[in-house]
Amino acid sequence: MEQPLTQNIRPDRPPLNLTEYENAGGYQGLRKALTQLSPGEVTQLVLEANLRGRGGAGFPTGRKWSFVPMGDDAPQPKYLVINADEMEPATFKDRLLLEGDPHQLIEGIIIAAYAVQAGIAYIFLRRAYVTASQRLKTAIDEAYAKGYLGRNILGSGFNLELYLHTSAGRYICGEETALLNALEGKRAIPRSKPPFPPMVGLWGKPTTFNNVETICNVPHIIRRGPVWFKSLSRVPDGGTKIYGASGKVRRPGAWELPMGVSIREILEEHAGGMQDGLSLRAFLPGGASTDMLTAEHLDVPMDFTSMQEAGSRLGTGTIVVIDDRTCIVGLLGNLMQFFAQESCGWCTPCREGLAWLAKILNAIEQGRGKPEDIDHLRLHTRLITLGRTFCALAPGAMEPLQSGLMYFEDDFKRHIHEKRCPWR
Amino acid sequence: MLNEQEIKEIEAVAGHYPMKRAAGIDALKIVQKHRGWISDEILNQVADVLDMSATDLDAVATFYNFIFRRPVGRHVILVCDSVSCWIMGYDTIADHLQHRLGIGFGETTNDGRFTLLPNVCLGACDRAPVMMIDDQLYGDLDAEKIDKILASYD
Repeated sequence: MEQPLTQNIRPDRPPLNLTEYENAGGYQGLRKALTQLSPGEVTQLVLEANLRGRGGAGFPTGRKWSFVPMGDDAPQPKYLVINADEMEPATFKDRLLLEGDPHQLIEGIIIAAYAVQAGIAYIFLRRAYVTASQRLKTAIDEAYAKGYLGRNILGSGFNLELYLHTSAGRYICGEETALLNALEGKRAIPRSKPPFPPMVGLWGKPTTFNNVETICNVPHIIRRGPVWFKSLSRVPDGGTKIYGASGKVRRPGAWELPMGVSIREILEEHAGGMQDGLSLRAFLPGGASTDMLTAEHLDVPMDFTSMQEAGSRLGTGTIVVIDDRTCIVGLLGNLMQFFAQESCGWCTPCREGLAWLAKILNAIEQGRGKPEDIDHLRLHTRLITLGRTFCALAPGAMEPLQSGLMYFEDDFKRHIHEKRCPWR
Repeated sequence: MLNEQEIKEIEAVAGHYPMKRAAGIDALKIVQKHRGWISDEILNQVADVLDMSATDLDAVATFYNFIFRRPVGRHVILVCDSVSCWIMGYDTIADHLQHRLGIGFGETTNDGRFTLLPNVCLGACDRAPVMMIDDQLYGDLDAEKIDKILASYD
């Protein structure tokens, strides 16, 4: 099984420096892109590879790049922003790549910037990733010293400045238009769309966003081709995927596996199954804002299309396992408290709605729930939807709640009837 | 008063952006690294350096979790309270920390040693439950381990 993204990563040693990375085949994709391919040809290869965005939405990366205005008439400068905010609860896959192989990310950034002809790139990194920040700074300095960043890279005439921006916290920064405001030094409140960032983004200029894991795939696609990339996957979406598992499994962790492995394979073979005496009751397949699924879905392949058909989303691919000794109502209360607290406060359904839902859930958990609360909760999952809110934060918060109500309504009823949490 | 070193660092990072005010968050973090927190006086001076109003800069300062507008202890403890840590025993370690330090969340110990803050997911869910003290991450926590960790800070 090939693992291109993690091939250089060993947990017991620091990441490869620039020379070691080159000796392992690094920066050859960059060399090929800048000396043999046009920007359009780079985009075409990524399109043919069927690389879909690993930040959660799964949008085809090549198509995203094709929206950027090109040619002499295009507004300048153009920007590339790498979303390394990774604040979706239970997600720790990009940390692995950021800490483990920073040059792989930098090589991908330079190639992506070349494809969209961006002259300035920012890595937007979350505050908590201190080790990643130190390692990225070192790697960026090395890349400048070697001439992979700066002016006239590899004699191609292409120029790129790369900056690391370390955030000061807030989940909403992961929303790309909120991230634009954060980078501009403002409160991270989403912007209305249209206009869309590929046309009008940072300081009004064309801006392309990509997730860390997405960009780390790019050097490999350029070097080894789309046919090879698609052969890594068990489904039509190309490549491998970093999957993860947390909760009461024997070996929580993150693993690079073919796109489309089953949930059972991830949890049983890689996470080692449930801890002794516990059984799996449910799981969140791809972070806090994905619909809960149950044991009957264990054989669903973990890819964008299959997860959607099962009623959830691949999201970030990092699974939260919920065992039979963990209270689902309490867990949903914890999730809702998170979303309510992290609401930027800009639109009413999110600012007011999530806080009330958190209160209701916590009241039920503490034995103060009323029978009609269940209908209130359910009504809100139908009211707080895309189109009624300014961004996807609050609708994302409804995903675990609506599925929790669908699969585990009896748990809610027991709390209300017994006036206590039966799991405590 | 902002010192020369701070002003130099702020102006260097401001060069990363086409507009000075974009460096507001970086600038506040630079000052906080030296002083621990952001007083009104310092906020005004940073705003001057960035050619923006203090009100605008305060709007930014109060939006982000890691800009402290009140004094904090010598070390800041951030305890993850998100879903994976919650499953893995957040309640127990949160109780233990509060009991051991004799303070609640949002408070600072009398000796000025620790400030205890809740925090959203720290992105280390495979080592849950986790906390950070200053820039250091600690995972797979239990009461005994927490006591040892706390004892290693002055």
